[in-house]
Amino acid sequence: MIGYHRPATLTDALAIRARHDVQVLAGGTDVYPAFATRRAWGDPAHKDVLDMSALSALRGISEHADHWRFGALTTWTDLIRADLPPLFDGYRMAAREVGGVQIQNRGTLAGNICTASPAGDGIPCLLTLDAEVELSSQRGVRLVPIPDFITGYRATAVEADEIVTALLVPKSAGQGRFLKLGARKYLVISIVMVAAVIEADKGAITAARLAVGSCSAVAQRLTALEAALQGKSLADAPDIVAVDHLAGLRPINDVRSTGAYRQDAALTLVRDVLAGFAGGAVRSVA
Amino acid sequence: MLDKPQATAPTIPLIVNGEARQVAADPFRPLSDTLREGLGLTGTKIGCEAGDCGACTVLMDGAQVCACLIATGQAAGARIETVEGPGPDGLTDRLRHAFLAHGAAQCGICTPGMLMAATDLLSRNATPSHQDVEDALGGVLCRCTGYTKIIEAVLMVASPVAARIMEDDTGHVGQRIARLDGLAKVDGSDRFGADIAPADALWMRVVRSPHARARFAFGDLEAVRAATPGLAAIFTHADVPGENSFGIFPHLKDQPVLAPGQVRYRGEAVVALVGTRDAVEGLADAALPIHWSIEPAVTGVDAGLAEGAPVLHAFAPDNVLARGNLKTGDVAAGHAAGAATASGIFTTAFVEHAYIEPEAGYAVRVGDRIEVTACTQAPYMDLEEVARVLGLPQEAVRIMPTACGGGFGGKLDVSVQPLLAVAAWLLKRPVRIIYSRIESMASSTKRHPARIVAKASADATGRLTAYELEGDFNTGAYASWGPTVANRVPVHGAGPYKVPNVWNRTRAVYTNETPAGAFRGFGVPQAAIANETLMDDLAGRLGLDRWAIRRINALDHGDATYSGHRLASSAGLPQCLDALKSDWDQMLGRVASHNESGARKRRGAGIACMWYGCGNTSMSNPSTMRITLAGDGKLTFWNGAVDIGQGSTTILAQMAAEALGLPVAAFTLVVGDTDLTADAGKTSASRQTYVSGNAARLAGEALRARILKLANAGADAKLTLSGQVLSISDGESVRTIDLASLRADADGVVLEGIATWDPPTTKLDADGQGIPYGTYGFAAQIAEVEVDVGLGTVKVLNIIAAHDVGRAINPTLVEGQIHGGIAQGLGLALMEEFIPGRTENLHDYLIPTTGDMPAIKTYLIEDPEETGPFGAKGVGEPALVATAPAILGAIRHACGARMTQMPVLPHRLWAALKGRA
Ligand SMILES: Cc1cc2nc3c(=O)[nH]c(=O)nc-3n(C[C@H](O)[C@H](O)[C@H](O)COP(=O)(O)OP(=O)(O)OC[C@H]3O[C@@H](n4cnc5c(N)ncnc54)[C@H](O)[C@@H]3O)c2cc1C
Ligand code: FES
Ligand code: FES
Repeated sequence: MIGYHRPATLTDALAIRARHDVQVLAGGTDVYPAFATRRAWGDPAHKDVLDMSALSALRGISEHADHWRFGALTTWTDLIRADLPPLFDGYRMAAREVGGVQIQNRGTLAGNICTASPAGDGIPCLLTLDAEVELSSQRGVRLVPIPDFITGYRATAVEADEIVTALLVPKSAGQGRFLKLGARKYLVISIVMVAAVIEADKGAITAARLAVGSCSAVAQRLTALEAALQGKSLADAPDIVAVDHLAGLRPINDVRSTGAYRQDAALTLVRDVLAGFAGGAVRSVA
Repeated sequence: MLDKPQATAPTIPLIVNGEARQVAADPFRPLSDTLREGLGLTGTKIGCEAGDCGACTVLMDGAQVCACLIATGQAAGARIETVEGPGPDGLTDRLRHAFLAHGAAQCGICTPGMLMAATDLLSRNATPSHQDVEDALGGVLCRCTGYTKIIEAVLMVASPVAARIMEDDTGHVGQRIARLDGLAKVDGSDRFGADIAPADALWMRVVRSPHARARFAFGDLEAVRAATPGLAAIFTHADVPGENSFGIFPHLKDQPVLAPGQVRYRGEAVVALVGTRDAVEGLADAALPIHWSIEPAVTGVDAGLAEGAPVLHAFAPDNVLARGNLKTGDVAAGHAAGAATASGIFTTAFVEHAYIEPEAGYAVRVGDRIEVTACTQAPYMDLEEVARVLGLPQEAVRIMPTACGGGFGGKLDVSVQPLLAVAAWLLKRPVRIIYSRIESMASSTKRHPARIVAKASADATGRLTAYELEGDFNTGAYASWGPTVANRVPVHGAGPYKVPNVWNRTRAVYTNETPAGAFRGFGVPQAAIANETLMDDLAGRLGLDRWAIRRINALDHGDATYSGHRLASSAGLPQCLDALKSDWDQMLGRVASHNESGARKRRGAGIACMWYGCGNTSMSNPSTMRITLAGDGKLTFWNGAVDIGQGSTTILAQMAAEALGLPVAAFTLVVGDTDLTADAGKTSASRQTYVSGNAARLAGEALRARILKLANAGADAKLTLSGQVLSISDGESVRTIDLASLRADADGVVLEGIATWDPPTTKLDADGQGIPYGTYGFAAQIAEVEVDVGLGTVKVLNIIAAHDVGRAINPTLVEGQIHGGIAQGLGLALMEEFIPGRTENLHDYLIPTTGDMPAIKTYLIEDPEETGPFGAKGVGEPALVATAPAILGAIRHACGARMTQMPVLPHRLWAALKGRA
């Protein structure tokens, strides 16, 4: 039988994590499918499990002086239902498009980044929110900015004795948006997704942060575009987007799509996401 | 809480449907498993164990969740509501009744999940919008219904208007009665393949080839068995007592039960492990001494047909399994006579049936007989296969079908049956198996990928002068239904049109890919894509409306088909087209005015027709039905036709009841057990309504004739059954028969009616000429789509479908078939592509969800079929065929892209629009 730990306190959880080689279990929406696939091809082995679900203190969203704190066990549904400023509109649009309601009810914000899938819908949002990840271990607590947290294709900076305990987002005046492109409506993995946060003053952009997912091993910020948008009018923003602004993406061919398509669709979606801020029709996802 | 790993399963407290329960379970086991195996609550279904299908949806602390993604340990102390409970404030109970009344459950395997997701929605939002319902049910897949009636049912509960009153009196032909097997489907008590097994059954797990083509040798398997506690046996091909082979056609039993030293596709069965559940699930494949030598695989028909290609089967040295041919007139002359000619090459992908119930069942040896209980579409074919594989006479085999959680052709071939039979026979112990989703998808048959080269010509008025088709169908590693596809396509390939000169040729080609077999339409949907696109091409070249060119050419009463069959009776395509005419004109108008804005989202309208022969092609395919009256007044309908959700149990009873003259409610139903019911043939080829319907009608008439003769009553006499007294009122006079006073046979039966019916067909000659079917279903559908020309995405907005069904025995069930067919046609056109080893799960293999369905309107055209029961024909397959080409036509109308490769995924449409295909 697979060993199963379900500690009631973070202290106990960190002690188990320090002593045993365990897989952390949160909402299970990535852990179980991966296990089912291995079992189907005759590989029944599984690490012992550290179930975090009894650590209720790690669930929930709270406002602090200069930042917002999202406990690691906060679910997509928690995010959808929370009363949050427009800065989080994009992250919440993403939450509504994750899987179906069942997945949103269980899947956690931290689980999403720990899986570090190139198609993880939360990741581009967190990039545009300049989020930091709070990692805890018996050694202490450290904060890692999202770009440093995700170190590659399904790879993260989480050490063997660490647990993600929260996501921290600095307060900012901006507004967020998110667009996802998939081959069906629900339960679909993104072919491309785009997140944006824009701060504007009387129609002029004062700060822009944009990120594209599913177009490289790790979702990427579009820093050249962000610079180009600085000071421009919101209404002109879509037209400013140029092919070169997305030159850093490295989309691949896979079962879902082709690299050439992704590159071009990313361009279209970046323009669309900006057009949304300008008050253009809100695009619905295909 | 648990803070230490334990050696034995701890006891976990759960509050299930309001009741505190304690269950001993491995805390990491999914809650779905614990509910089913630990608490016996099998109403919660398992379709994927990966969050992809939603069949396992339950409420946990009031919110819908996938029970397969929850560790049992995580649910400790939580409130769990399952389909077996009434739901908060009785909501689940109210939903059940609405589902039943609206025909929202077909096969019923998704129903528990749907009910729980809907319970979640209505418990937070008493008046949801259509969109709210789509969102709430978006995580539960249904492969049968197209979601339309499910959403209707949920909105109905939500609306203040009371649920619709059911017609209840006689339940005869034409009435929208609720499915007779429906109650069990909505209350979670229906028993599917995975839901029942003897308590002492051993478990089986099949070890499958991870390679598409390889040879292998075994090391010391017995040493592994001996070293694995709880493992009773490791069976290999050498253990199969009879013939180690199966297949649909008597001369093509080319697929081994267990591979004898070589495998021909990824997913092929190599050994079967039997033992305790922990033993078979805990033993890694890598722990078995199987020494592989991998060989280069043949992928795709071109590779199969290539000079010097590796040969799959010695009896087919060119890798061609079967050829089909139909020739009439002179196509060269026909093309020359045309004012316009169009041609094209069209390709389609492997398509997975994606029934939500993976194959499952159990077998028990009873003395010198074997009994196999499993989900199936074809119990008598299973019986023959099992007898051969065990080397037993057919009388020694009994097949007891469970409820079947979707089939669509994929459960016509045996899967678990021979494996279970071999194990239970040899071990003399009951043995059960449940395929995982991935195992089901990797091992079971698919729709044939097609490459169709076609050419059509028409004269200046639009009349077709010639049609030519060459189709290559990838039949995968084993024959399955490949020959049927090769034969059906030539007969239907030029569409439901009058064409004087036709030459259609097909080949089914072996490759090292997943076997392709039967799937709703047997190759006709693929051929219709080519055919209908060429019709649009011709209309464009000749300056004709796309509706008009179809109307001009539509087969009509008295016309001869290109196989030389003069349609003496039902041929309702002209009526179908006429029914759609005003919708078509409106749609064209709507689309044009939308597109005036020049927006990036362009709309388009498309139209397609179809026809489909009911029953086997030029082959006897009889059905036998029996109705008995016992001395105690028990009226029993013995019906061997398997209901895979399409509703045969209900409509056959409606027809039997009408023919006999007693209400449906008077019948006790016995369905599908080969020891009890006669062979009704398989549930495929849209034949059960037409063929078994006739047998049911004739059996009813035969029993009625006996009764009337006994009572000396006239043909119009009315029957009433009350206890053991049968009253026959004929005008003024009423006679009564005390059934107990009649002489009974050993089973207590005093009167019976038995009838067999076989559709009138003739052999086809070498040019495909003859009478291949007794009758044909016809349909026309129009589709309205919106294409985002920037992203290449397509949203289907509306589909309007007109189907000539001869007679709608139960209009609700007919509509359900059409809705479900449309969903599958939409999937075929836009998203479904099975790639062995890459899309073998429901995460990567996409089927439509609630949010992908268009609004659907249906017209049921009833052009009665003389040879059909009460005028009826089949609709199961016709539902699907016209949808994909109608969508393709609409896409082209919207944005100009003539798509010839299925599915039209966004990147393909985008590439076509950019001209870089
Ligand atoms: C049907 C379906 C649809 C889906 N659709 C989408 C989608 O549209 N978009 C999308 O982005 N994702 C999707 N997912 C993936 C998944 O739901 C999300 O990534 C989810 O947020 C994962 O969270 P979880 O809590 O369920 O993770 P878990 O499965 O519990 O864990 C995921 C991984 O993270 C680790 N982990 C979890 N929490 C911590 C922690 N606090 N500290 C350290 N390690 C941790 C685990 O060990 C594991 O490796 C889908 C999944 C399914 C099954
Ligand atoms: S079985 Fe749980 S989602 Fe499919
Ligand atoms: S009724 Fe929904 S899957 Fe069959």
